Amino acid sequence: MPPLTRWLIRTALIYLVLALIAGVLLAARLLWSLPLPTAGLDTVYLHLFMVGWVTQLIFGVAYWMFPTYSREAPRRNPLLGRIVYGLLNAGLVLRAIAELGRTAQGDVWSWLLVLSAVLLWFAAAGFVVNTWGRIRGR
Amino acid sequence: MPPLSIWFVRSALVHLMLGFTFGALMLGNKGAPFDARMWQLRPAHMELLLVGWLIQLAMGVAFWIAPRWWEPPRRGNVTGAYAAFGLLNGGLWLVILGSLFRLPPGWTFVGRVLEAAAAGAFLWHLWPRIVGREG
Repeated sequence: MPPLTRWLIRTALIYLVLALIAGVLLAARLLWSLPLPTAGLDTVYLHLFMVGWVTQLIFGVAYWMFPTYSREAPRRNPLLGRIVYGLLNAGLVLRAIAELGRTAQGDVWSWLLVLSAVLLWFAAAGFVVNTWGRIRGR
Repeated sequence: MPPLSIWFVRSALVHLMLGFTFGALMLGNKGAPFDARMWQLRPAHMELLLVGWLIQLAMGVAFWIAPRWWEPPRRGNVTGAYAAFGLLNGGLWLVILGSLFRLPPGWTFVGRVLEAAAAGAFLWHLWPRIVGREG
């Protein structure tokens, strides 16, 4: 298993735990009045789970298991792979923090949401570019 | 990787990109509103990522790596798997177009029927391949 896959899978596992903790908080909110940011927590829960856990796990396993690109560059561009890892996680963490911190339209958190959208889009684009050429027969 | 898996996985990557693009537009619009209609992309965003990306990727990888027979045809009867590819993508796009252009509910209904038929066709293909070494 290449090092980048280990980072992706270990990070995905951390997001799984965080997502399920967010799920606990969402359920607890219905039972007790907790001093929690209520707006945005359900969206954060969903995206920690679907992007942080599911998508990141797929990225990691695909980087490891998909057919090799060439003898010289079996996983195509490892630097782009690491950039995708950075963009995906920076975008997701920023999104979660900004979503929970945002209180008014146009505040600094709102602009961080825009930045997180750009980071996440480039992460997906980088993954597609790095993976496309590996989707082939023998 | 067999040709059908190549189609499935490449199609999944295209849907991943479209799904993230719709998501980025909605998220950007949440932070700095530029068009109130962006929120209408939400059903298409979910359909693209759940069906177009995740289910399609799972089908493509399953067709590739599930156990094969010792003798040809090594993946058994592949008709169901090919049918699943067509039905899934046809159904997916009927649902997406229905939500994007606010078409009559029949579009979404027919799309969902095709998606369910895709799942059934894929089950028909894959079921006999879910075996251990002893068969």
